[in-house]
Amino acid sequence: MTLKKLAVTFVLGSMALVTVGATSVLAQSHVNSPDPALGTPNVATEESHIGALTGHAASGKGLYRRYCIGCHGQDGNGEGMNAAWIDPKPRDFTEATFKCRSTPTGTLPTDEDLYNAVTRGFVTTNMPSWTALTPQQRADLVAFVKTWSPRWTNGKSGTPLNIPPETAITIESILHGRELFQKLECWKCHGPAGHGDGPSAITLTDDKGNPIRPYDFSSGSRFMCGVTNRDLYRIFMTGLDGSPMPSFADVVQPNDAWDLVHFLRTLQPFKTQETNLWMAYKASHGSTLKPIGPDAAPGAQ
Amino acid sequence: MFNRFPNGEGRIQKSWTRPIVTCALLVLAIVVCDCQIGSASPTNKVMAIPAFARKYGLPCSACHTAWPELNNFGTVFRDNGYQLGNDRDSPIWQNPSYFPITFRITPNWHRETAGNQQVDSIPGGGTGSGTVSRNVTQTGFDLSGMDLWSAGTLFKNISFQLLPSSDSTAVWHFESAWVRIDNIKGSSWLNFKFGRFELDNLVSEKRFLFLSGNGGLYQIYHFNVPGSSNDFGYGDNQIGVELMGHNANSYTRYSIALLSSNEGGVGLTNSVTPGGNPASRSFDGNLAFSQAFNAGSLGLERIGAFAYIGQRPTFFQTSQNGGTQLVGLGNEPFYRVGFAGDFFIKNLELLPLFMHGHDNAYLGNGLASNSGPLPSTSRAPSFNGGFLEAHYYVSPQLVLLGRFEKINVGQQADTGNPGNFGNVTAYSVGYRWYPIMFSRAGLAWHNEYSISKSIGIVPESGDGTGLPPLLPTQGVWSSSIFIGFDFDF
Repeated sequence: MTLKKLAVTFVLGSMALVTVGATSVLAQSHVNSPDPALGTPNVATEESHIGALTGHAASGKGLYRRYCIGCHGQDGNGEGMNAAWIDPKPRDFTEATFKCRSTPTGTLPTDEDLYNAVTRGFVTTNMPSWTALTPQQRADLVAFVKTWSPRWTNGKSGTPLNIPPETAITIESILHGRELFQKLECWKCHGPAGHGDGPSAITLTDDKGNPIRPYDFSSGSRFMCGVTNRDLYRIFMTGLDGSPMPSFADVVQPNDAWDLVHFLRTLQPFKTQETNLWMAYKASHGSTLKPIGPDAAPGAQ
Repeated sequence: MFNRFPNGEGRIQKSWTRPIVTCALLVLAIVVCDCQIGSASPTNKVMAIPAFARKYGLPCSACHTAWPELNNFGTVFRDNGYQLGNDRDSPIWQNPSYFPITFRITPNWHRETAGNQQVDSIPGGGTGSGTVSRNVTQTGFDLSGMDLWSAGTLFKNISFQLLPSSDSTAVWHFESAWVRIDNIKGSSWLNFKFGRFELDNLVSEKRFLFLSGNGGLYQIYHFNVPGSSNDFGYGDNQIGVELMGHNANSYTRYSIALLSSNEGGVGLTNSVTPGGNPASRSFDGNLAFSQAFNAGSLGLERIGAFAYIGQRPTFFQTSQNGGTQLVGLGNEPFYRVGFAGDFFIKNLELLPLFMHGHDNAYLGNGLASNSGPLPSTSRAPSFNGGFLEAHYYVSPQLVLLGRFEKINVGQQADTGNPGNFGNVTAYSVGYRWYPIMFSRAGLAWHNEYSISKSIGIVPESGDGTGLPPLLPTQGVWSSSIFIGFDFDF
């Protein structure tokens, strides 16, 4: 046998062996396909529809394996290898319970809701913004995420909440929002000053029993589900399913909801129209304001 | 870097059946026993930072098409100053025991062969020995250099990188060292970097997937026409400042760099290790721009262009009657311009690059510009070249590689040179398999074969050694086989 033949044999043999090894290891690290026996949507046919985009679960499967599996796990249950070190915990797709929705509490989100979540990321968690992926890739991922739960086969997405036009930002609106903040007991979790340090804060857990912190308005970070006043309106009218944050859609009228939005903006460390109005009011009427909290009488200002 | 023939021409291997068989058995034993050991290999040329994976909990594949090559998500992360843009960016969020550092070295077996080498007809030389042309081959187990890399954020929007790197004999230098002010005035279009860094190449040689002696570099990134005293390599890190910007998803990127004219050297010399020539007092400039396009289900397509304009000294201010060089003088200009692409057709990635290079006649002929008029045979040399590289991603854990390179000297520095003097053709194929690609470490099994043909010159290889042929019209075929474990922890 010539040297050249030996070398070629060696290299090819090595490659063949590695290929065999790779096959076995790759088999171990594959994304597990959702179990049809559970009634989960078919990976081969499941789609998502975001505007003109159509996402395909079959394409999303490879993307999920590349980008998502480390946290969300090969079974989509939020138990990826990094989950133990992540706080808050990654989403469990098998439950199909999502915080950021445009749909009523208890219902499935729209494809666009999921797409927006992937695009935006969650600033206070380990979930980054995936704008670096193409829109098509994000749509494909949404389609694949839907294959983890039979809820997507058995039910439809809820009807998106109708958000009326924003009311005028006035001091009256802010003061009324402050009343609601007291009345609805928002302060119990978010704290009287919105620092996320209310008396109930330490006891809160998500639906998996993991400790969860209320949003700290003074942190200045983005809201979990968006940055605009409409996003804030949507958050407390739909609630954050899977967390202690309930939906107030049944107890708050639309105009009242906008008042609450305007007040919540004053808790943030930004120069906004709401903040300017509020600071001016406090300078002239601060002594007449009753504190927020357990000692405040109902209807306190 | 592999020292191809560290002791001159090396020895001629008449028979290496036994070493090959031994090597094969050992490698097979390693593979069969357990590929999932938690350690393994790579070289000092390429970069990947599992320290970031550990920080953010993402797998290697989130930022790398196949590490160390970045995908667009990784590019955005890097462009943002190693920040994801969430609350986890600042070091204050990290456990105090967290340290953003990674180690990399490549245990490997490799075989290097070069043809038409000038060797003694009788090994050892002596009476009766002449110079003849023969093939020279070396083979054996080896180590690459080592990287000890730290990078991350010093604070929100202040990032850094420090990369002490050694060759395989542990001679260290600073491959990279810089601080970057990110997102100045809240704009991703303004980022300022200061230090020694890689040029903003669309196709990075520091993050590519080839490791062998022949294939572990882009020929065009280090090419200078035969006889030139220019030491510039577009793939080499340079030292200076850079203003860089990008849009939110890094589809649009630009870079403007002002650099010392000393090939990234330190100590005001042209070398990162002791012994370099003194630098001149001039500066070079590099401009780079790229734009990506969303091609729907095909993927992301990117095109870019670059231009490097520089100068190098042609003589030196000396003392002691020429015994000591003090500072480079007689700067003469050169430039490199080109364009590149990064195209995806689903799982197939194509990386084409074209470059045109031009040197001043004094520089191209290695003549001092104060030595009088140019000889009538001297001209300003130029060359054209590039490559087409292909990656096929079977999965995030298996990638097949191939590359073709070609360089033609368009105008020889000396009219007496043969027309094809210095031309280069090269081919590389291989694959990388990543049995471990976690958020804590990465391991790749790397196989590669690379071969190049250089006309009349020393073949460009990882260590730059080897010998020119007897005649300037002769081609030197140089090949590498590389098998190794590439690990990053």
